[in-house]
Amino acid sequence: MNQARPKVAVYKFSSCDGCQLAILCLEDELLTLAEKVDIANFLEARSRVVDGPYDITFVEGSITTEEERERIQRIRENSKYLVAIGACAVSGGIQALRNWIHVDAFVQAIYATPEHIHTLATSTPIADHVHVDLELSGCPVNKRQLLTVIASLLRGRIPDVPPYAVCIDCKLNGTPCVMVAQDVVCLGPLTRTGCDALCPSFGRGCYGCFGPSDMSKPETLAEHLKGRRTATPEIIRRLRGINGWSPKFRAATEKLEKTTP
Amino acid sequence: MTETAAAPRVIRVDALSRIEGEGGLMVRFRDGEVEEVKLDVFEPPRFFEAFLRGRHFNEVADMTARICGICPVAHQTSAVQAIESALGVNIPAGIRTLRRLLYLGEWIESHALHIYLLHAPDFLGYESAISLAADHPQLVERALRLKKIGNELIEVLAGRATSPVSLCVGGFYKTPAKSALLKMREDLTWALEAAKDTAVLVANLTFPSFEADYELVALSDPSEYAICAGRIVSSRGLDAAAVDYEKHFREVQVEHSTALHSVRSDSSSSYLVGPLARMNLHRETLTPEAAELAATCGIQWPSRNPFHGIVARAIELVHACEESIAIIDRYEQPPAPRVAVEVREGEGCAVTEAPRGMLYHRYRIDRNGLVEEAKIIPPTSQNLRRMEDDLRLLLPGIAGQTDREITARCESLVRSYDPCISCSTHFLRVRIER
Repeated sequence: MNQARPKVAVYKFSSCDGCQLAILCLEDELLTLAEKVDIANFLEARSRVVDGPYDITFVEGSITTEEERERIQRIRENSKYLVAIGACAVSGGIQALRNWIHVDAFVQAIYATPEHIHTLATSTPIADHVHVDLELSGCPVNKRQLLTVIASLLRGRIPDVPPYAVCIDCKLNGTPCVMVAQDVVCLGPLTRTGCDALCPSFGRGCYGCFGPSDMSKPETLAEHLKGRRTATPEIIRRLRGINGWSPKFRAATEKLEKTTP
Repeated sequence: MTETAAAPRVIRVDALSRIEGEGGLMVRFRDGEVEEVKLDVFEPPRFFEAFLRGRHFNEVADMTARICGICPVAHQTSAVQAIESALGVNIPAGIRTLRRLLYLGEWIESHALHIYLLHAPDFLGYESAISLAADHPQLVERALRLKKIGNELIEVLAGRATSPVSLCVGGFYKTPAKSALLKMREDLTWALEAAKDTAVLVANLTFPSFEADYELVALSDPSEYAICAGRIVSSRGLDAAAVDYEKHFREVQVEHSTALHSVRSDSSSSYLVGPLARMNLHRETLTPEAAELAATCGIQWPSRNPFHGIVARAIELVHACEESIAIIDRYEQPPAPRVAVEVREGEGCAVTEAPRGMLYHRYRIDRNGLVEEAKIIPPTSQNLRRMEDDLRLLLPGIAGQTDREITARCESLVRSYDPCISCSTHFLRVRIER
């Protein structure tokens, strides 16, 4: 039966390692998982590499170099299910903030010989480059969600990722609304569930780690924030955080920029 | 590859495993002599220092947490302390102690991860902890529980272990009730015993005989094992304030690395930061059980053998568990989670001891509270030059071995530094050319 174990691969692109670390943070399940599946290619965790094709491939990180752009194509061809994990892989991540600045000028400023640095002008999500079977957002991903994905895919089913917003979690948890009670800016109304409304439970506003929820309307929240005298540059900054390059947040901020003198 | 008269012998490791981030190694022998050693760092630069510009100082801790999934607390602590220095904010002792506890949680999870999952397999003859678990499940179960306890300590204090959410300029968003911390006490008591067993286990590993003449650099504080603050001291007489960091160390670019290399400003020479440097420089400030183990574990300190890094890390693990318990026992929830912060123009820096070594952050804040300039120098950038120097010293002694043996030894040496390439890029593949 051993040969029949599904093969799982984990790859890193431009990222902080935090989402693949989530797999190693499944402390109670890791050894069982390693029995159920063959962790065939996971460089951070093991030296042994078993060639593909792989049944499930997890990809962390965004595409920021020509080499990455080519490598993701080969990985796609070698994978049955390709799952993008984390904000970088799903929306370009925090490093997509470079997409609004001139990286060349910065490379010139920081590196004495800039010609040795090969980087693309943008940081983009995996789905911009190859077909992705499932996206799991979050910065970092929720390890319980990750486990559910593995369990579902092993049964040949692509799981549903909950689509609603962080606000619902606050209500379920009985956490008083921080925007109402403390008058702080909170992205909870826009942000996909996944963190169990962590920031509001610490008495602070959500800053959007899990990216826009399915029904997210950033323009509506922006209007509300303007109404409570939040300056437009601050609204733009807030939306341009961990998932600033996600289509919804990006469109809203670029629209706000046009309306700001 | 066998060397011929015309062609050099080249050994390459394209992608080093069991390290954080992406890097490679290339070694080239010509006429049997080591001609070139390069640690290739091809982890793409992520330009944090660029996009931090224009952000509000309150956003910096959340953003810099994203530099590294393994040591976010280190980045957050250096960041908020640098900004507090720029804004002239004084942090009460109770908050500072709580920050230290949070940092100790990160030392526990990071050290447990590195000792067992990343480095011990080299010494025990396994390709990974997953394979190790097949023969010695109790070892890997111990590792995972230790790591989990470190993570849980961070979670109690700051919500989650990767990208924690509570640390802010001025203090914390929320401090835990004493009862919440006391719930960790039983686990930490188990962790302390497990850490002591770990120290005995790793001190009895067989280490390659290898020594190098290091300039060891670490934060120093006569009153405690320095983590969040202290003077920068070295084994060659450096004794400087954190604000003078950039006078004594500078960064240079090398062609094969997207991470800059740090060197000493005056001599342009490499230096060593991290657990081995800390243990060698100030064992006298270890907690009692950690000090006892350091004295009796069989390793002679100071040690100049980088492979002893795993032992230093294990003794620090004991220290971290022991001190965490002590902090929890005397903890009283501070009256307020943070102090008021007034926006003003200013510049400030901070150095802290990340699990892998000194971590420097500097910020200039404008009168609106926005970042004008940011500079971040992680421990792995500081150790990169030293790693290459070590490999140059190591290789002549093992040049007669097979490529496979040389590769394994070089990789293990690099791992002994616990390099974090994600942090440093601005790192691992091994290539040997003969």
